[in-house]
Amino acid sequence: MAVSVQVDAFDIGAELGEMRKDTRAGALVNFTGIVRGGDDLVALELEHYPAMTKSALEAIEAEARARWDLIDTRIIHRVGRLALGEEIMMVAVSAPHRADAFQAAEFMMDFLKSRAPFWKKEHFKSGTQWVDAKDSDEGALRRW
Amino acid sequence: MRLNLVYFAWVRERIDLPSETVETDAKTVAELITELRARDARYDLAFSDTTAVRVAINQELCEFSSALADGQEVAFFPPMTGG
Repeated sequence: MAVSVQVDAFDIGAELGEMRKDTRAGALVNFTGIVRGGDDLVALELEHYPAMTKSALEAIEAEARARWDLIDTRIIHRVGRLALGEEIMMVAVSAPHRADAFQAAEFMMDFLKSRAPFWKKEHFKSGTQWVDAKDSDEGALRRW
Repeated sequence: MRLNLVYFAWVRERIDLPSETVETDAKTVAELITELRARDARYDLAFSDTTAVRVAINQELCEFSSALADGQEVAFFPPMTGG
């Protein structure tokens, strides 16, 4: 159980390899968010609220562990300026069984999107724009 | 009482300030917003649509009706877009 907020890139394989060392885990689910190109996007900038970010992520992790039978959880979220194709963040969950791992990973992603203090700004060839939150992001929380 | 205000994303850009300390008698977040909007056009613009603004007191999300107390850190920002 660990959360990291960092500027630097991370090694997904190394993170998952670490989680696989616990042989009680029969399932390992990972989600990686990547900077998606298109519409002349050149970079994505991530701002956050340093005093709040870690505690918000830890609260999401703790809630997932209270709801499902999990072995381990990992959240890494990058901040700063990211180029197309770079990884933005990852959530990984290991559990004895896959249903718990899948559900907990989705739960953590849904809450991370709307309850962790990060903001994305898109840098286009011709200017910048803050990304708007989607109504569907807030709606996604209600299913839990 | 004295509050530490912090701003993020386009709220920070519109107010053109990352943080500041204010002296206020506002009892709630909503009263504080009314006070700030009366200060100058930058605040008025930043808080013109409060449905697009979220607030946290001492790093916990809260409501516009939440009560304020001396020494708190009050953060204003748009809906979050991480992930």
